[in-house]
Amino acid sequence: MSVSKRSFALITACCVFAFVLFAIGCNPGGGSGSVSLQGAGASFPNPLYQKWLSEYGKAHATVKIDYQSIGSGGGIKQLKEQTVDFGASDAPMKDEDLKSAPGEIVHIPTVLGAVVITYNLEGVSQPLKFSPEVIADIFLGKIKTWNDPKIAADNAGVTLPARDITVVHRSDSSGTSAVFTDYLSKISSEWKEKVGAGTSPSWPIGIGGKGNEGVTGQVKNTPNTIGYVELAYAVQNKLPVAQVKNASGSYIQPSVDAVTAAASASIATTPEDLRVSITNAAGAQAYPISSYTYILVYKNQKDAAKGKALVDFLWWGLHDGEKYAKELQYAPLPADIVTRAEGKINSITAAGKTLR
Amino acid sequence: MSAAWENGRSKFAGPGSTWRRILSPTGNTGDVIFRILMFLVALLMVGIVVSMVIALAADAMPSIRQFGFGFLKSQRWDPIKGEFGALPFVYGTVASSLIALLISVPFSLGIAIFLVEQAPPYIARPIGFVVELLAAIPSVVYGLWGIFVLAPVLREYVEPALAKVFGWLPLFRGSITGIGLLTGGIILAIMVTPIISAVVRDVLSAVPGSQREAALALGATKWEMIRVVLVNGAPGIAGAIILGLGRALGETMAVTMVIGNRPQISFSLFEPSYTIASAIANEFTEATGDLYLSALVELGLILFLVTFIVNGFARVLVWNVTRRTGGVGRAA
Repeated sequence: MSVSKRSFALITACCVFAFVLFAIGCNPGGGSGSVSLQGAGASFPNPLYQKWLSEYGKAHATVKIDYQSIGSGGGIKQLKEQTVDFGASDAPMKDEDLKSAPGEIVHIPTVLGAVVITYNLEGVSQPLKFSPEVIADIFLGKIKTWNDPKIAADNAGVTLPARDITVVHRSDSSGTSAVFTDYLSKISSEWKEKVGAGTSPSWPIGIGGKGNEGVTGQVKNTPNTIGYVELAYAVQNKLPVAQVKNASGSYIQPSVDAVTAAASASIATTPEDLRVSITNAAGAQAYPISSYTYILVYKNQKDAAKGKALVDFLWWGLHDGEKYAKELQYAPLPADIVTRAEGKINSITAAGKTLR
Repeated sequence: MSAAWENGRSKFAGPGSTWRRILSPTGNTGDVIFRILMFLVALLMVGIVVSMVIALAADAMPSIRQFGFGFLKSQRWDPIKGEFGALPFVYGTVASSLIALLISVPFSLGIAIFLVEQAPPYIARPIGFVVELLAAIPSVVYGLWGIFVLAPVLREYVEPALAKVFGWLPLFRGSITGIGLLTGGIILAIMVTPIISAVVRDVLSAVPGSQREAALALGATKWEMIRVVLVNGAPGIAGAIILGLGRALGETMAVTMVIGNRPQISFSLFEPSYTIASAIANEFTEATGDLYLSALVELGLILFLVTFIVNGFARVLVWNVTRRTGGVGRAA
């Protein structure tokens, strides 16, 4: 009996000790001048944002920023509920979302990404080429075999096997699917009518893989498959990627430069608020399945100290942060867009005063 | 012993303290506190389940109001157009769990019978350990193994063979990709086997040795003796199967990775399918729009109902079967 009493006392003491430690740990120790910011949203730019946070944190010890990659939808939702200081989304916010938000929201583009078409086709060594109609027809289920004359027409000199095509798409709702279906909706009226564009479309055919890694797993392991993943993911995993015929009629190998070119080619049509889709861009070197990714912030910041820290961080990201983009396979913004994004950052205010 | 207990009660509990007697037959204050505490713990579980159902129902309200009963009957799931129907998910969930049980139950019974009735301890112990180890593997690992090992094997060898021999059945027609309902069912079967077999093993071990001795003494063969043991353990075995079924119905990650995630109702086992748990896990993070979110929550509510109905049905079935076999056993 005495043994169990003693051990009980020991456990209690340990619990109290642990609690005290926890309380000390939780106490914000920095004192005055330390600011902590919370962000949440898109998973696509997460590797870059984590790099930014760690690099920015090294130089700015008093600012603590956290970013949680919970998905674009979640980021927008949390921003609207004001549970985070900034949101992040691959697709620009819709008009009705902006209207129902409690304040005016500005879109700050950070980098660009692209969606590439990957495949598993034995005996084919050179990159396959696809024209837009062929991509749409494959994902609509109208082109069923690899040796279809339409695919052969794009790939002169390539021996294509007489095998059935297995389509692999994302099963989780994602910005990658949104960009890809946005592109398909632009180049195929049938796709636009039957399926449309969105994070979680109702796919006419195919099997679903969860995440980039799920799609890659299915494509790598199943012969005669075709799927789509993010450019960064495809490059890092050395997947075979297809060249896509752009609006100017040239076949473009996806690369960060070709993505930046797509953004440059779309500058004329980019609206004042920077909310724009740049799929199927017109430039000769533009890769057609490209997209911006945005950080979303309220134009009028409630807390001046937090607002100042946020604005400084965004400014740093647009200038010093961009140099980390390429090594992580994100395309940096064209110079014109950087200038316009600077204007957006400068427009952010707290209690009527600009923060920069 | 019994007299002392009687004495104890009359000593501590005065007449008229009915509550006290209900709370503690022995009338000991410590017992009363302990009993109340345990009652509260049990009540807490009930409270959590009830609050979950209420929360799900509240969040699912917009979808319930919009689609009504049609949500259960519709086969369309198109978030872009705002059309939501749960039937393919319900079908996928029930069908994959059913396949899992069909494969897993014979295996689990076999494992348990071997371990308890036939294997010498130096074999039974390591095998039992490995089987229990299977239960501790995270489901995402099962999923990866499913994609990289199981699916290619099924695609290259098993499914073509099935299509060749049983191709006249609609169950085994369609394009062979190694990803689909069958693969999902097999992964689930592997995942629930350790649970079912571990519980069945304990159940069989609990059957008194005298039963075995009695059967053997009456001239039963070893097989007949095992049948007597199985009949004796039938309610426990049924409980084990229901436990496995519960795991199969709610499993998410591993199934998501191999089932193909396509909301369709196809009688072919080779075709991709979709389960409720997978759909929620896949789509919840990026779901935008109140109706879409609400439809996903309603799927969760339906999973609750499906689990409830399937469990209830299984219990009734088991109850009937055990009563009948119990009678046969006694007659034989």
